[in-house]
Amino acid sequence: MRAVKKYTSFFRLRFSMGLQYRAAALAGVVTQFAWGFMEIMVFRAFYEADASAFPMTFSATVSYVWLQQAFLAFFMAWMMENEIFDAIVNGDVAYELCRPVDIYWMWFSRSAANRLSRAVLRCFPILIVAGFLPAAYRMEAPAGAAEFFLFLLTLVLGLLVTVAFCMLIYVLAFYTVSAQGLRILFVSCVEFLSGAVIPLPFFPDRMRMVMELLPFASMQNVPLRVYSGDLMGAALWRAAGLQLFWLAALTLAGKLLCRRAVKRVAVQGG
Amino acid sequence: MKRGLKLYGHYISITVRSMMQYKVSFLLTAVGQFLVSFNVFLGIFFLFQRFSNVKGFSYSEVLLCFSIMLLEFSLAEMYARGFDMFPNLVRRGEFDRIMVRPRSPILQVLGSRFELTRIGRMLQAVVMFVYGISVSGVNWTFGKVMTVVFMLIGGSALFTGLFLIYASLSFFTLEGLEFMNVFTDGAREYGKYPVNVYGKRMLQFCTFIVPYALVQYYPLLYLLGRVDSPAYIFIPLLAVLFLVPCYGLWRFGVRHYQSAGS
Repeated sequence: MRAVKKYTSFFRLRFSMGLQYRAAALAGVVTQFAWGFMEIMVFRAFYEADASAFPMTFSATVSYVWLQQAFLAFFMAWMMENEIFDAIVNGDVAYELCRPVDIYWMWFSRSAANRLSRAVLRCFPILIVAGFLPAAYRMEAPAGAAEFFLFLLTLVLGLLVTVAFCMLIYVLAFYTVSAQGLRILFVSCVEFLSGAVIPLPFFPDRMRMVMELLPFASMQNVPLRVYSGDLMGAALWRAAGLQLFWLAALTLAGKLLCRRAVKRVAVQGG
Repeated sequence: MKRGLKLYGHYISITVRSMMQYKVSFLLTAVGQFLVSFNVFLGIFFLFQRFSNVKGFSYSEVLLCFSIMLLEFSLAEMYARGFDMFPNLVRRGEFDRIMVRPRSPILQVLGSRFELTRIGRMLQAVVMFVYGISVSGVNWTFGKVMTVVFMLIGGSALFTGLFLIYASLSFFTLEGLEFMNVFTDGAREYGKYPVNVYGKRMLQFCTFIVPYALVQYYPLLYLLGRVDSPAYIFIPLLAVLFLVPCYGLWRFGVRHYQSAGS
């Protein structure tokens, strides 16, 4: 029990630290709003062009966009911590290794807290205002109580999968000198395959079937579609099961790689 | 002027040499930049697998629009993204040093950082541009070629102006500058579709306030043969005028500059 407490305090520390940046959050909210509007306008133009080819209901798409903006900090892979990369590259990681904590779980709880604190500051203003917009842009209420509950559940799972994936990238930075290049490469894959560029239902069917099996589909794709009832029934349970599976697999892989890296870590003195 | 350019060239050669000390890093970052903007293209590509047109623009027409806009942005980014780092210069009080040197501050700020890693995006922009031009099916005439050239000139001037505004605002506030990204990165991102896709009000905004439409929508209509008046060829050049108020703001900012005092 005491072991867990260590990591929850790392979590709490980061969380309250993140809450300090309120002006940045306000600018973020305004930016996200502009972004959301543009995105919806694009989808509306396509909807007007050919409504029958639209793979989701329009209001489900609108909810998807607003939720995406509100929980941007949960899922955007590029929001990684430079501190961790710097620590690995410049050798400060040696200090961290001296602590009586597991470095993997320490970074894991820190990253999760960082993302959570950013999202907490940003999501409420966005969601509240989005709920009162003119009908064409308004975010509708969740499809039902059960859907809302499942949305919250898959949202947390999605956050954890994203963090576990980012952990993998941090750990890989031990094995290369060019963490930045590695990072930007992975990030662009995540963006595309997770439905950050366009939601997965908009892809051609065959391609989508493969994409839905990948870990990237377990990030934002699931909760954002559960909310509006776009993903339901058997498909929903399968998606949630995949989320659990990928969370376990990514964590395990990260943990193993981390253990190996730490064993052979070479820190230059200076 | 000539000495200024020489100095700028010198600044650039220093940056290039220092960056080339980390070749792998440079290469991977460039590849990454390439992929990031490639995602935007893939987004367009897959949407058009499903839809045949948007507001009457077909895939190849949107692609032409996207590729020209991307190239306009990348050109500006190559030499003017140095302004991106400007808030840091102000925060650390380093602008003082720039002010006491007998050269134009803008030149020194631009020279302080030449974005070679953005070469990935530039490369992608060029590839997209060639591809966009080749599938566009435009009947090229001398007038149309000139239109594209003017679009590139006007567009990169417009984005330079926006970067300049970003830098100037940091004389007054260092918080919340993130919002300016809507006008730079956001415009690149959403400028992939002709402005009128976003409705009439957005078109008005992009004509009179921040003149994106002058370097995108109107000349595009001419390229695609939707309008015939040769006046459209010269519309993109009007966007260069956008630099005037931007420069004014910069001058105003410089005059009001108070050092960080450290």
